[in-house]
Amino acid sequence: MTKEELIRPENKVYSRPRLLTEVNTHYCPGCSHGVVHRIIAELLDEMGLEDIAIGIAPVGCAVFAYNYIDIDWIEAAHGRAPALATAASRLNPDRLVFTYQGDGDLAAIGTAETIHAANRGENIAIIFINNAIYGMTGGQMAPTTLLGMKTATTPYGRRADLNGYPLPISNLLAQLDGTCYVTRQAVHTPAAVRKAKTAIKKAFENSLAKRGTSIVEIVSTCNSGWKLSPAQSNDWMVEHMFEKYPLGDLKNVEPEKK
Amino acid sequence: MEEVRLMKGNEAIAHAAIRYGCDGYFGYPITPQSEVLETLSELRPWESTGMVVLQAESEVAAINMVYGGAATGKAVMTSSSSPGVSLKQEGISYLAASELPALILNVMRGGPGLGTIQPSQADYFQATKGGGHGDYHMIVLAPATVQEMTDFVALGFDLSFKYRTPAMILADGVVGQMMEKVVLPPFRPRRSEEEIRRQCPWAACGKMGRDHRNVVTSLELDSAKMEKNNERFQATYRAIEAAEVRYQEYFTEDADYLIVAFGSIARICLKAIEDAREAGLKIGMLRPITLWPFPSEAIAKAAARTHGILTVELNAGQMVEDVRLAVGGSKPVYHFGRMGGIVPNPNEVLAALKSHFPEIESSNK
Amino acid sequence: MAKVYGAVTIDSKRCKGCELCVVACPADVLQLEPQEVNDRGYHYAYTAQPSSCIGCAACATVCPDACIEVYRFVDRGEK
Repeated sequence: MTKEELIRPENKVYSRPRLLTEVNTHYCPGCSHGVVHRIIAELLDEMGLEDIAIGIAPVGCAVFAYNYIDIDWIEAAHGRAPALATAASRLNPDRLVFTYQGDGDLAAIGTAETIHAANRGENIAIIFINNAIYGMTGGQMAPTTLLGMKTATTPYGRRADLNGYPLPISNLLAQLDGTCYVTRQAVHTPAAVRKAKTAIKKAFENSLAKRGTSIVEIVSTCNSGWKLSPAQSNDWMVEHMFEKYPLGDLKNVEPEKK
Repeated sequence: MEEVRLMKGNEAIAHAAIRYGCDGYFGYPITPQSEVLETLSELRPWESTGMVVLQAESEVAAINMVYGGAATGKAVMTSSSSPGVSLKQEGISYLAASELPALILNVMRGGPGLGTIQPSQADYFQATKGGGHGDYHMIVLAPATVQEMTDFVALGFDLSFKYRTPAMILADGVVGQMMEKVVLPPFRPRRSEEEIRRQCPWAACGKMGRDHRNVVTSLELDSAKMEKNNERFQATYRAIEAAEVRYQEYFTEDADYLIVAFGSIARICLKAIEDAREAGLKIGMLRPITLWPFPSEAIAKAAARTHGILTVELNAGQMVEDVRLAVGGSKPVYHFGRMGGIVPNPNEVLAALKSHFPEIESSNK
Repeated sequence: MAKVYGAVTIDSKRCKGCELCVVACPADVLQLEPQEVNDRGYHYAYTAQPSSCIGCAACATVCPDACIEVYRFVDRGEK
């Protein structure tokens, strides 16, 4: 079979998602953000949500998410995405409202907004990228930075006595009555990507069914911040990040039980 | 048929918001304005008009909820008092930069810091000169009566939507707390989704068949584009200055001396003027209703006929700077103010006027 | 016996040469272009062993820039 015979529309099994814009992302090569954007774009299309989706973009590397996924977006001040989402969702109850936030945005400056939105059980989905570092500002310590991990503001490694401990905020969020689904996923292998996509799909379904707040944490890499190649970053993540941030569901309230 | 009621200024705000067809209120308790959230909670508009009322976890969250709601084209508001309004400055700057309509009520109390819960006008600078970061203005309305508190809800929202810029009602603890007779406006339905889409084609409320996505953002890293954005904001501000200046004059046609005062203290000044006129002293007053845009031209015009001006404010002298700019050194301008929550009586106002203009007594012929 | 044919196309202008597809490919089809770079200076991925491709889409699944499209044909011998 020749390549010409094979490369035909009827044989196509994977194409670039329709809802990704043509713009090249500003993300570094190998950045997990790109994969998560892609699966969100796939889901919005597959689930028929293009018309009713409102995305809330954070401050951080994903600040320009609104340039890449072809839906309506609101760009929040640093950490305030869950507050914006609260109002957008309550005032437009038939829309899908989701936030897309990094670890600094969600677990440092926006901790109060995140916890209270989740505790109120706002019908929103929170996509949380945890790469344990501030990417956009040049690799400073994040609330989720591991002990011993070197960053621009912990050049000798994070020390508990100086910098406190890495914050497993998803575990905290899972304790709240307002959350219906809290899960931790990754996108480092094809299998992990498929599972992460299933998790985000479930979060969107929960929001549409008004079951409360869903949080999908994606343990991610920041190869520029970590100063490793993309492939090495994935290995480093598996070796070090998964111990503190193990993958899997932290909470999954089945609809009938809630 | 007119609906006349007796109520506090803060309560009137709640009634007026529901009757305007406000879509959402997001607030956080702080004295002396908590009655706004309390009254809304008691009136339960979510069961009648569908208005959302939410007690947020902080003033920061509340103003960002306003930002999120406004970005979807909804008529949304928040209220607070001085320390809480300081926390809201982040959101106000973002609202201005994203050209979003919103209504913010500040029932001022004495500062700085936690200060006092008594009335004050010490947030004049914060309200009229920015408050948050960046080159922006918001429309600032200063009510002197409970009726104006009521009426400025509709006016504030209307101006805010007309110019796509946040508007503030800058009240003080006196106007917020005192009870007065008020004529409530008739109920107006909330706008339908179609009306919102027509009025706010920029709103990020879901594409719903639109052929392009709407993005509400204050970010623009391209300096040339960011300067253009700023030029557009400034053009809006010039248009507001040209069309929306509001003020009220009292006895200015024959006044020898002019008082400039806003909000609750203007009522005390009016009493002082009435007392003075009985004694044959020709004093007039100009009360700015919009603190931004400031009635500079009207003040210059009124001042031209007088020997001098006294501004009376519940602060250390803030609006006086704008009055001095308005008259450009052509007349002497003095300030009289009390701070820390003290409200002067009419005799103190007259005494201050006489101390700055000792010749005033001889003008009584 | 059924035979699986696969093929991928790579948008080499969009590719950032992160190499994640190369690692993910179970059939060693992909490599980074050793010499050539695209307009943005990246050694983009290319199909070094196209005949080995089984169209499993592992490469496209991990691609952060959505620049890989995948084709697959299963020949079951029915003509």
